[in-house]
Amino acid sequence: MSTTEADADKATEAAGEREATAQLSTAPGEERLNVPSLGPLGWLRWFWRQLTSMRVALILLFLLSLGAIPGSVIPQTPVDALKVERFREEHTTLAPLYDKLQLFDVYTSVWFSAIYILLFISLVGCIVPRTWQFVGQLRSRPPRAPRRLDRMPVYATWRTDADPEQVLGAARSLLKRRRFRTHQDGDGSSRGDAVASEKGYLREVGNLLFHIALIVLLLAFASGQLFKSEGRKLIVQGDGFSNVLTQYDDFRSGSLFRADMLDPFGFRLKKFHATYEESGPNKGTPRDYRADIAYTEGASSKEKNAAIKVNHPLSIGSSKVYLIANGYAPAVTVKDGKGNIAYRGPVPFLQQDNNQTSSGVVKVTDYLDAKGRKDQLGFQGFFVPDFEPGSGTMFSQSPSLKNPAMFLTAYHGNLGVDGGPAQNVYQLDTKNMTKFKDKDGGPFAKKLTPGDTMTLPNGAGSLKFDGVKQWANFQVSHQVGNDWALGGALTAIAGLAGSLFIQRRRVWVRAYAADDGRTVVEMAGLGRSESARLPDELASLATDMQDAAPVASEDTTADAAAETATDSDDPADAPEGAGK
Amino acid sequence: MNLLAAEPNEQLAQISNYLIYSAMAVYVLAFFAYIAEWTFGSRSKVGRTAAALTQKAGDEGAVPAQESGVSVRVKKEAGGGTAVLEKPAPAAPASPKIVTRSSSGRRGDLPDGPGAAAGDEQGDMYGRIAISLTVLAFLLHCAGVVTRSLSVQRAPWGNMYEFSTAFSMVAVGAYLCFLLAKKNVRWIGLPLVTTVLLDLGLAVTVLYTDSDQLVPALHSYWLWIHVSLAIICGALLYLGFVGSLLYLFRDTYETKLLRGGKPGSVVSSIMERLPSANSLDKFAYRINATVFPFWTFTIVAGAIWAGDAWGRYWGWDPKEVWSFITWVAYACYLHARATAGWKGRKAAYLALLAFACFLFNYYGVNIFFNGKHSYAGI
Repeated sequence: MSTTEADADKATEAAGEREATAQLSTAPGEERLNVPSLGPLGWLRWFWRQLTSMRVALILLFLLSLGAIPGSVIPQTPVDALKVERFREEHTTLAPLYDKLQLFDVYTSVWFSAIYILLFISLVGCIVPRTWQFVGQLRSRPPRAPRRLDRMPVYATWRTDADPEQVLGAARSLLKRRRFRTHQDGDGSSRGDAVASEKGYLREVGNLLFHIALIVLLLAFASGQLFKSEGRKLIVQGDGFSNVLTQYDDFRSGSLFRADMLDPFGFRLKKFHATYEESGPNKGTPRDYRADIAYTEGASSKEKNAAIKVNHPLSIGSSKVYLIANGYAPAVTVKDGKGNIAYRGPVPFLQQDNNQTSSGVVKVTDYLDAKGRKDQLGFQGFFVPDFEPGSGTMFSQSPSLKNPAMFLTAYHGNLGVDGGPAQNVYQLDTKNMTKFKDKDGGPFAKKLTPGDTMTLPNGAGSLKFDGVKQWANFQVSHQVGNDWALGGALTAIAGLAGSLFIQRRRVWVRAYAADDGRTVVEMAGLGRSESARLPDELASLATDMQDAAPVASEDTTADAAAETATDSDDPADAPEGAGK
Repeated sequence: MNLLAAEPNEQLAQISNYLIYSAMAVYVLAFFAYIAEWTFGSRSKVGRTAAALTQKAGDEGAVPAQESGVSVRVKKEAGGGTAVLEKPAPAAPASPKIVTRSSSGRRGDLPDGPGAAAGDEQGDMYGRIAISLTVLAFLLHCAGVVTRSLSVQRAPWGNMYEFSTAFSMVAVGAYLCFLLAKKNVRWIGLPLVTTVLLDLGLAVTVLYTDSDQLVPALHSYWLWIHVSLAIICGALLYLGFVGSLLYLFRDTYETKLLRGGKPGSVVSSIMERLPSANSLDKFAYRINATVFPFWTFTIVAGAIWAGDAWGRYWGWDPKEVWSFITWVAYACYLHARATAGWKGRKAAYLALLAFACFLFNYYGVNIFFNGKHSYAGI
């Protein structure tokens, strides 16, 4: 054979192999970086091609994970605004720089959004052509058998006495039984017809499904962010709440949220239960919280009972009510200088440590002093649910309500609540207030247990500690797109499983008459490089083929024979002709 | 809810501690047995891989016309002795031979190394002793985890100590399962037992927390699903990580041999007993690819739980951020494996990085950041 002939031969072989291997996956081919010399359209096309290439997608993925890191290191405004404020105070030079780089709000920043939007455009640019390509593959036949099957990764051959047509017919029905898509054609070679078959299309379905599901997930998440609302409300035992904007203590919403999207409902906190560890090293650790509530839905006034626990929010419409925090609210009665009740009711105190040592203030705005002049009163102090007199500390010994006590310091003057900037209800602005003085001239402060009364000096009135109620803080979230997000996520997992666990593979069977009158059967398999099961599968197919195309008995020289054949009573070993 | 407020059973918790200590002691013995296996194995003849490679390189030189004739035809009988074809062995006596021709790997189907014992009888005996000891240690380890669980009547992964003990238990369990399934994984024994000892040592000293009930936020059946999956994924990904790491070493070694270099005798002795770079790479890929959907589900399960517990399913809490980063890193790895120019070493580096992200998500986030997963308690 001359070199040119050999070269030509090799070229056709290579072409055949390319065709056989083609489109086993619809993954985009890698293109070299060709910088176009053409105008803007050329550039645009080049840019598009780059963006949708696997390499750029990889880089974008990598950037996405890198870009997510700062959000876990630097405090984030949407997660914890207070922490951000503290950070700003502590790092006066760094904070403005961070602000410029939007590092306090990484996940909605321009640069982070740019990464994932580009990634998703790249994804779409990849999925759409792949889908068309895949549909095309489904509508066309499995690729023809390459001329030289023995160059395929898995190969088997043997000689049989059955004639080629019968072998091919058996191969077709066998492959069909195994749910291969099959097609028989003359492959243009001198060696006769071959059956081409392919299986495992679900791999590509799974792959496409996974990527589409990711887009659905992203869109669901985005719409959730745009339409969401989230508000908090602190409710003292016995009090109620109705779901309108003005009732919230604190409210945040997405940019497309409208107030009329709030679900109409209301509820009342009937009772709050808290269980704490009573002994052991973790004494005082909370074990269980439960808020018993009664709620009404829509316009109806019929109350329904429900319990909200930490992992069990209450769903009403598209809103969910979560139990966020809880604490104690000492109930007090304040009388003014004239003996009239100036204030009566529970005042929520906020938890300061794990044992529910709480701080709070009582503000009395309508108050007349001993001489009947208008004034305002403020009490600032601590509440402890479990006070131990001998311990020498004002901190609570446990979070359970065992021995409640309250320590209050009294002020009078201007509370600053009329006009001016909004004020924290849990803090006392003592700028325009003066402390009451006791007889020695020290600040007037007193420890109270339930039932005790603190009488202010010089007939300025009194405060009575009536008892303790519990409060609970609820978060009401209006969530959009949750079902879509969940559906997207589960579909993505299913698609992922399909694309990773299903093997796409091709099997070819060729049969042709050899010079000696026998039939040569050739089988070959091709899968992705990772498929370790393909040799198994081909072996089992070859074994099953033995019924129709048994190995010719004395055929021991060719590499087709099985050495063990001789000492077997398999029908394949029957004398020539008997096996058909 | 009496059950939840139940007093922890101190006695059972104490028994659990003793069991974990005993398991550690047995792991130490297993560790020495593995060392003995490797040591005795080094007596056997060196140079197998080098011979296989140089011979092939020679062939290549002799027949230059064969376009990269590197791809060796490895003939495998249908019922033959390779891991691939061993299992089904339907091999009707008359069935034809199946010839596989490796198309993967840059240097074809280099045969796997013979394993730590390398055919040395004494080495093999120590290897078997090591595995027996590992089984014993594993049983003690399991008993320790179960009694810990019984002492509080809840899932035994409520804090970092429990998570760590369960983590190494699953890793060893997976290794033993692979052995049972007759996979070629004995090479992973020594690195695995070493890290298990490190992990348990860290758990009983730094991370130890007394057995106790959980805070209300953890009272959910999702604890069983989300955390146990995280443990299983982590343990398996660790095995994949070891595979990738050894792949890189072995690949360097093979490349050096191919170029005609002479690696040091100690390096040769160890490297040539490992599976081929190609097998290690496949091992790592199969594990990582199999675990990836489960890791995805772990995150989704966490998100569903977060939706119930914290009022949103995704809020960029540090733990969420890092599980996302880990997920993206593994996605990178899987894509890299399918991309020309990224296969092989680059992809392996990505796999190492991805596992580093997982580790950081576990240790780093719990220790350095104060997020919503902070109750995991150090």
